[in-house]
Amino acid sequence: MKLSITIMVAVLVVVFAIGVYVLIKFRRKKGQTEIPEQVEGNFKLEIIWTVIPLILVFILAVPTVQQIFAFGDDHYNEKGSVQVKVTSHQYWWEFEYPQYGVNTAQELIIPTGKNIAFELKTADVLHSFWVPSLSGKMDTNPDGTINRFSFSTDKEGVYRGKCAELCGASHALMEFKVKAVSPDSFDKWVTAMKAPAVLPKDQALAETFKNSCLSCHAVGDQGGPVAPNLTGIGSRESVAGILLNEGQDGGKPVKENLKTWLEDPQAVKQGNKMPAPKDLGLTDEQIDGIADYLANYKLEY
Amino acid sequence: MAHAHSVKRHKGLMDWLTTVDHKKIAILYLLAGGLFFGIGGIEAILIRLQLIKPMNDFVSAQTFNELITMHGTTMIFLGVMPVIFALMNAVIPLQIGARDVAFPFLNSLGFWTFLFGGLLLNLSWIMGGAPDAGWTAYTPLSTHTYSTTHGVDFYTVGLQIAGLGTLIGGINFLATIITMRAPGMSFMRMPMFTWTSFITSAMILFAFPAVTVGLVLLSFDRILGANFFEVANGGNPVLWQHIFWIFGHPEVYILILPAFGVISEVIPTFSRKRLFGYSSMVFATILIAFLGFMVWAHHMFTTGLGPVANALFSIATMLIAVPTGIKIFNWLFTMWGGQIRFTSPNLFAIGFIPTFVMGGVTGVMLASAPADYQFHDTYFVVAHFHYVIVGALVSGILAGLHYWWPKMFGRMLNETLGKLSFWFFIIGFHLTFFVQHFLGLMGMQRRVFTYLPNQNFDTLNLISTIGAITMGIGVIFFLINAIVTATKPKGVANDPWEDGRTLEWAIPSPPPEYNFKQIPLVRGIDAYWKEKMAGNKEMTPAEPIGPIHMPSPTILPFVMSVGIFIAGLGFMFSKESFSNSFMSLIFNNWIVVIIGLVITFGSMLLRSLYDDHGWHIEVEELEEEGVKA
Repeated sequence: MKLSITIMVAVLVVVFAIGVYVLIKFRRKKGQTEIPEQVEGNFKLEIIWTVIPLILVFILAVPTVQQIFAFGDDHYNEKGSVQVKVTSHQYWWEFEYPQYGVNTAQELIIPTGKNIAFELKTADVLHSFWVPSLSGKMDTNPDGTINRFSFSTDKEGVYRGKCAELCGASHALMEFKVKAVSPDSFDKWVTAMKAPAVLPKDQALAETFKNSCLSCHAVGDQGGPVAPNLTGIGSRESVAGILLNEGQDGGKPVKENLKTWLEDPQAVKQGNKMPAPKDLGLTDEQIDGIADYLANYKLEY
Repeated sequence: MAHAHSVKRHKGLMDWLTTVDHKKIAILYLLAGGLFFGIGGIEAILIRLQLIKPMNDFVSAQTFNELITMHGTTMIFLGVMPVIFALMNAVIPLQIGARDVAFPFLNSLGFWTFLFGGLLLNLSWIMGGAPDAGWTAYTPLSTHTYSTTHGVDFYTVGLQIAGLGTLIGGINFLATIITMRAPGMSFMRMPMFTWTSFITSAMILFAFPAVTVGLVLLSFDRILGANFFEVANGGNPVLWQHIFWIFGHPEVYILILPAFGVISEVIPTFSRKRLFGYSSMVFATILIAFLGFMVWAHHMFTTGLGPVANALFSIATMLIAVPTGIKIFNWLFTMWGGQIRFTSPNLFAIGFIPTFVMGGVTGVMLASAPADYQFHDTYFVVAHFHYVIVGALVSGILAGLHYWWPKMFGRMLNETLGKLSFWFFIIGFHLTFFVQHFLGLMGMQRRVFTYLPNQNFDTLNLISTIGAITMGIGVIFFLINAIVTATKPKGVANDPWEDGRTLEWAIPSPPPEYNFKQIPLVRGIDAYWKEKMAGNKEMTPAEPIGPIHMPSPTILPFVMSVGIFIAGLGFMFSKESFSNSFMSLIFNNWIVVIIGLVITFGSMLLRSLYDDHGWHIEVEELEEEGVKA
């Protein structure tokens, strides 16, 4: 990539230099009436500006092909790789770790220093899985054209992930986070994810949560797989991928973000599949209770 | 003038609806293309206004997707293509020394099908929602499951009808250029604009059937419940991407080649030198067209085609840089040693070169698949293709329009307004799109209706929007220029730029309806320049003065297109449940489709059974005009 930029800037400089020289030197002066020499062409020059670009293309082609094949290697079943099955939905991301039996959404936790091998597919339309700071992007296709690729990072931190293929109204808002943590923390996170579900302490609220939310969502070992897994949502960096929590630039408290979402999901992400809690018959109080419960559902890792 | 032939000549609106004269069809193309270009431009401004600041709510997400889809589709199929056809129609027969195109009837049919297809597509705005799946209409997003309005139906049916017009036009120009060149004009003496139009027409011939097939399959999926792209039933959405880009990439070259041709006419004229390396230019054009068909999968590097395909398509794509480079250097060396005049057409032509070079180098960067994994579907791509399609192509078109305007209308465009529109256009353009390279590199993906703050996107997007408005002002200056000029009296010389080189400058501006009283004899490349240098004021005629055979005007192409339009609408709404029982009756029982097809096929039958041998302009009338001139 750097090589290509260098070559291209050099080409630009040469062409622009010739261009500027010509435009200054060969303007038509006042009173100039004689006819300039009608040059047909120049065989030597033609050869020069055919061969030099050919050489440049060749210089660029060699590393390109090398990298294409390196990128195309399948590390999915290699020892030491952390497998992640990514399933894209309108408009959220599901991350399954088949080696650990863990399923989460919107926030991909990865251990540093290890090769993360992805298997990408979509549950509906095409999306494209992209973490700009860590790697290139790869489309998520339906069954039959499933893609694999991998990347790794040594630096702990939170990275921004995006959907890069037009996927409907809220395509722009289909963001997610990648959190790279130390291998120790990663193991702790896996253990915490597999712990039994923590439900609201208030019995009535727990019932409401089970009936209204867990028919699609899941926490720990309870609930369904249709909608994003909510286990430990209180310790994530964002709600719904785009309402950033405290600690991020311009972030707001988790609970506030959860309430914004729960009060009117369509206002946050037009065209998403979640029914508004109010339409399910939840009162403001119950929404507040669930937001409070989810905000405090944190994982230690 | 009309004394002997008043029967054959219509007046007013009827004249325009029935004309088969390539010069009038050119003006129709220009008006219709200009109209759609304006609509697409307004859509672009709305897009930029939405993106002026983060989390803006100027338009909704759904509306935004409709805007980007219609902006892309309109600009490519209905804005730029017809204006190119306008130039081709206005200039090609004159450049090759012909009295019209090979099939004047088809020429008219091509225009009307294009117009009705375009109108059908744009009707979607007022008939329940525009298409919203991007101009690429990737499945499954564009299938009935995920796009439930009739938007994408308008897209598939509208583009099929408009595409018919383009295909007809392409075939017509192929036949015209092959068969109707004046005596002495061998292929290697053809002006470059004729050459590039010839190659473009050949590309249309091969590329448009591909997209037509794709659109037919998609409309069958959506309207008749076929399963070409339905995964659950064994269909494959990646198939759509292949079909679309097998058309889509050549389409880019279909658009840009005629602009290359314009530049190759304008620069020699205003440098007072012949085109440097003519034969290498011809060769480069053919090579670009050939390679253009071999690179479609570079739009699909992230689809997951595997390393072998990605490597091959990477290298094939990079190779295109070589013939394009040849062209750039040839233009530069045409100016070398010349006497450059900075008229408004030449300003646009000179502005074309650096802009196109920048679009070209980013193209090579994108061609490298590993880098494309990052660039793909970001604003870097948006910047790249706008550099090529707007900065270069539209500059080329504007250069051509300023250059041939006196030939088309008999009036010079105002130079001051022309220069103003150039500077506003080019500065606005670079302001809009240069910063988008960086937005892409910083991680802004394309087709987003908004973006979160704190990503360093805000200032660059603001600059981009200001640039778009500046560019809009440039276009408005051009519009004012056209209107102001139209109010001035006609009467420019045959060769208003004084250094015209090709045949069109040897005849009056605008030319009489038969173009050449006597078909000229061509004695070399740049035929008119050659005669001028030999001290002749006119071309040597290749035939004596005699009666000229002309095709009759006819309303049939217009009627046929109306029929196709009605059938298309009927097909789209055939499964709709209407509240009105009469509407249900005529749509759900295919009655509307049948009416439309009867109109079209009836007109075709009429055309086949009724022999129209055309008419003649007699020698006396020619001489009478000769005296006047």
